[in-house]
Amino acid sequence: MIFLKLIFTNLRRHRIRSLISVAGIAFSVAAMLTVVTILEGAVGMFSSILSSDSEMIVFERDVSDLFFSNVPSEATAQISAWPTVAHANPVLFGIVSSEGHPIITCFGVTATDARIQKADWIAGDRSSFARHADDVVLGARAAEFLSAAVGSKVQIGHAVFHVVGILKTANGFEDGGVFMPLDSAQAFFHKQGTSSVITVKMRNKDDVAAFKNTIRQKFPNLIALENAEFSRSYSQFRILKATAWAVGGCGLLLGGLGVANTMIMSVFTRIREIAILRVNGFSHAQIGVVIFGESAVVSLSGAMAGLLVGSCFLFALKLIPALDGYVDTSIHPVLMLVVLLLALSTGIVGALYPAIYAMRIRAVEALRFE
Amino acid sequence: MKPGTSSGDIRIVLQAADLWKSYDEGTVAVLKGVDCEVRSGETVALCGPSGCGKSTLLHLFGGLDQPDRGCVSVNGNEINSSTNMLRLLRHEVGFVFQLHNLIPDLTLAENCLIPTVAAGAERRTANERLKELAERTGLSHRLNHRIQKLSGGERQRTALCRALMNRPKILLADEPTGSLDEQASNVVFSLLLDLVATEGATLLMATHDRNLANRCDRLVEMHDGKIQEHAHA
Repeated sequence: MIFLKLIFTNLRRHRIRSLISVAGIAFSVAAMLTVVTILEGAVGMFSSILSSDSEMIVFERDVSDLFFSNVPSEATAQISAWPTVAHANPVLFGIVSSEGHPIITCFGVTATDARIQKADWIAGDRSSFARHADDVVLGARAAEFLSAAVGSKVQIGHAVFHVVGILKTANGFEDGGVFMPLDSAQAFFHKQGTSSVITVKMRNKDDVAAFKNTIRQKFPNLIALENAEFSRSYSQFRILKATAWAVGGCGLLLGGLGVANTMIMSVFTRIREIAILRVNGFSHAQIGVVIFGESAVVSLSGAMAGLLVGSCFLFALKLIPALDGYVDTSIHPVLMLVVLLLALSTGIVGALYPAIYAMRIRAVEALRFE
Repeated sequence: MKPGTSSGDIRIVLQAADLWKSYDEGTVAVLKGVDCEVRSGETVALCGPSGCGKSTLLHLFGGLDQPDRGCVSVNGNEINSSTNMLRLLRHEVGFVFQLHNLIPDLTLAENCLIPTVAAGAERRTANERLKELAERTGLSHRLNHRIQKLSGGERQRTALCRALMNRPKILLADEPTGSLDEQASNVVFSLLLDLVATEGATLLMATHDRNLANRCDRLVEMHDGKIQEHAHA
């Protein structure tokens, strides 16, 4: 009890300084939580595009970005015919633009693709997709910002397309995207005879390993990965995740420096008090517990406040119509735990020097300290 | 005489032999070969002008500082690098300073309980001891008061309680009444002597006050870092 009192007494004594430290950690945690959650959400959404009604992705080996992947149509034809494969759908990714909207994701797909067949069509008829080369289906948000409806013409890039349907999906990339017949997309992007990936559904999941081997043997320049495996290993995702953690880490480091500053000031202003504790039998470890305890209270309070601020910020982002579907606001419990532990570790590391300094205070000298 | 051995039937509990201590890399010599003994149950006043080394001698006896040369023994055990300093500070020696050295944001009771927390004493036992000492020092009604609310005399009595919480048998007091007026000084010193007697403790007290010093069993004069004379008060 007295330990706790000694810890809280000092925090209460310097309320403003303590609050500034807590705020430093809180904003660092909020920044880390927001950045990581947004990027993890974006990665998850992009992964979900690929994993729609499939469990494997086949793409060109050693490409840094799927937009640069070229998978020949012959490969799609052969793979579709394999007895272990339920279906194999080629997808061509591209970036298109229209007036006022420089980046719109474009999906070149076949009429049988799950993205077309299993989507929630809010206008148009799914059977009408790919009847004509200039037919496109828009995501609901794309239809909104292009001010398009079924039957209208839209200028996309250098061509004009005819809208035959509008579909609603929870995925921001798809909802803000354009779906073209594969042949049209190949022509539009000058990638005749190729797709970016083939999404594959197996008849039996036990055949996955054999499927990968067969791909390696028959198409040495292609690689087959399970969806989860792809999310883990895809270099773009890894760069994004690493960037998110690095940015968050830098924020936390700044918060940690704030804690270190507070703790150093805390020790310097209570040198005499620490000497009194020493004279009354407090060991180095007990002094350390008081200092680290103070730091832990600051860090954990900051982390909790940061989780709250970060959650509110993410919720607010979700309410912005332009970001609807692009921001996944669900915070993973593991991420919360990691952020909490990182904040606590930062606080403890920040208190390391002050604690060592406090433990080394010589009572006889400190008692003369005014 | 070997430390801790008896002189007659009285045991020596504090002993300094040829004690030297200097500060500022040896440029300020404070103790210059001090020899001193205090027997169990004695009350000894250490008198002398400011800067003669009284506080330094007390700090060396309490293990708060190390001598440059010479030997310090407490309860027959020489204080050196292998001494269990925590045991010494927690159980064998209690300190009272001129400035009460209490923690202002804690209550009187919490300040007094600090040594018991340090020593890991059972809470119930510690509270009983606190109650007992608070009654004897007339502080029972002030237990939950913050230090800022106490008078100078009450603060010094609190410091006295705190020093005795773990029942040390040696009390080292450095000008314990130095910051009090004459009346409060007399009250606190009488209480100090009473507690030392009833606890069966030994008192070594540095003081400038000759009147208080004369109420001790023995008076030791220090001058310029040396013991000048031993006189029975």
